[in-house]
Amino acid sequence: MDRTDLKKIYNNSLAGPLIFAGVLFLLPFVVQSNYILSIMIMIGFYALLCNGLTLLMGYAGQISLGHAAFYGIGAYMSAYLSAKMGLSPWLGMLAGMILAAIIAYIVGIPIFKLKGHYLALATLGFGVIVYTAFKELKDFTGGLNGFFGIPTISLFGFEFNNDFRFYYLIWLFVILGILFSRNIIHSRIGRALRSIEGSEVASDAVGVNIMKYKLQVFMLSAMFASLSGSLYAHYITFINPNLFDVMTSIYLLIMVVIGGASSIWGSVIGAAVFVLLGEILKSVVPLVFPNAGGEFEIVFFGLLLVVTLIYMPNGLSPQLEKLIARFRRNKELVPAPVAAGRDGVESGGDQS
Amino acid sequence: MSGQQTILKVEGLTKQFGGVAAVHDVSFEVKEGEIFAVIGPNGAGKTTLFNMITGVLPVTTGKVYFKDRELTGLKPYQIAALGVTRTFQNLEVFSNMTVIENVMTGAHLRMNTGILRAGFRFPSVVREEVNIMEKAMECLKLVGIEHLAYERAVTLPYGNQRLLEIARAYVSEPELIFLDEPLAGLNSEETRKWINVILKMRENGMTFVFVEHDIEAVMSISDRIVVLDNGIKIGEGTPEEIYENPKVVAAYLGEEEEDAVSC
Repeated sequence: MDRTDLKKIYNNSLAGPLIFAGVLFLLPFVVQSNYILSIMIMIGFYALLCNGLTLLMGYAGQISLGHAAFYGIGAYMSAYLSAKMGLSPWLGMLAGMILAAIIAYIVGIPIFKLKGHYLALATLGFGVIVYTAFKELKDFTGGLNGFFGIPTISLFGFEFNNDFRFYYLIWLFVILGILFSRNIIHSRIGRALRSIEGSEVASDAVGVNIMKYKLQVFMLSAMFASLSGSLYAHYITFINPNLFDVMTSIYLLIMVVIGGASSIWGSVIGAAVFVLLGEILKSVVPLVFPNAGGEFEIVFFGLLLVVTLIYMPNGLSPQLEKLIARFRRNKELVPAPVAAGRDGVESGGDQS
Repeated sequence: MSGQQTILKVEGLTKQFGGVAAVHDVSFEVKEGEIFAVIGPNGAGKTTLFNMITGVLPVTTGKVYFKDRELTGLKPYQIAALGVTRTFQNLEVFSNMTVIENVMTGAHLRMNTGILRAGFRFPSVVREEVNIMEKAMECLKLVGIEHLAYERAVTLPYGNQRLLEIARAYVSEPELIFLDEPLAGLNSEETRKWINVILKMRENGMTFVFVEHDIEAVMSISDRIVVLDNGIKIGEGTPEEIYENPKVVAAYLGEEEEDAVSC
């Protein structure tokens, strides 16, 4: 009775993540292409980052246009500690996450007094300030010249120094991140976060300390971003401030919206769609407009964002869930009357 | 009715909006186990009074005590932690959740899981979730909408959303629940259901304070009533006493002869 009860509202089965992990595991053996692997790794970075951002934006309903800052903080912290101080990249990663959480806390206290557009602007401002700091704190970051010679990451002597190896590292983090987030969503904390998105006055009235949870989820999402940034730095071994500018924050927002801010799987879908479309654009646009620069991406993704918001305000993931649900029903035609009630959960709020 | 202990004491509560006093020097006491109503014509300041007591609006002057604890200056979530919660005039169900999740959210204060324990999903988290889910189900049974537990809250008809809000408030085991115009928009059948729920909960020892327009319902279930007009308390007493209070009659029906002329 116990477990079945909870299953009626929260689908905590490991089947989905396991199938997903299985497919990811086999992919490099099936598709033996370094190009595909490097694309998958990029998707992994963004998926990990958007995972935290989805908790913040989709579940708690708080916008952030400054998350590239935390991405950068992780990257630089890890780079500095490992390249300049000779510490282990793992320590750098941890230090980055702690620093990101502390900064998120300090910044969060004043900005979460704001809501909606004002909050968006404040986080945007935060992003600009941190980007400027990356540019100007030349002793630490190397300024616009960039930061060179970041060591690769290794575990017990096993170095993640090529795409094949790193691919498994990053996606391991993504899957763990998804499980962690899903556990949070399916708990008291998840309901508290969603109640803030649903109705702040009611949330307050049932005893949810709104400020506390906004800060917690902001800090958590900052830590996800920082972790992703650290991994990125150790993968690419060279970083510069432009990787962490405001445009990156906006791309992150686009990923979260396209994927579907109210499903934790939306972060993976959004990251994948963004990276894949970006690659396609890169090869298609020059054929049509030989002189086109990178601005095409901005225009294209801007349009995509608008179209998504108009026609699919909940992003792609609810559509995908519907598809999976239909597939399941066809497969096991006879004994599947429960599915409807259970699948609805993850596709949380109708943003109005 | 039952215990004669004072559970809520409101002392000289005043709210100024600029130069206008929306509520002026209102005092009353609510006893444990009572169903206490605040009534008054539109714009009398009832909701403002409620919002001050429950911490949504800061008070201009005056004090509110719950038992011996001063509530003035506390935030709603802090007041909730002391055992005082509320429902809303314009329904505030969590539209992004199922019915049962709404009620489980109401039990927030009865749970301990923190963000890290939740993330790693320790066995204690699962145990707590199961307990709370059962408790939420009991509350849904109490208000009679347990068959809708797994529906999305927004798909419920109005009357059931009202009941859901009460279940969500009740599950946290408060001692005092404020209901802001709980009957607004309900038909007579739904009103009857609602009254039964309130009476049942009162038997379990709950105290209710509510603001309402529907005089019939107020008179039939309230133990005592306070009447506001233009932000001022113009009467207090049992339903019978209120019926006979000339000031109240005047405020509600208009002073008959004079009004008839001026119309």
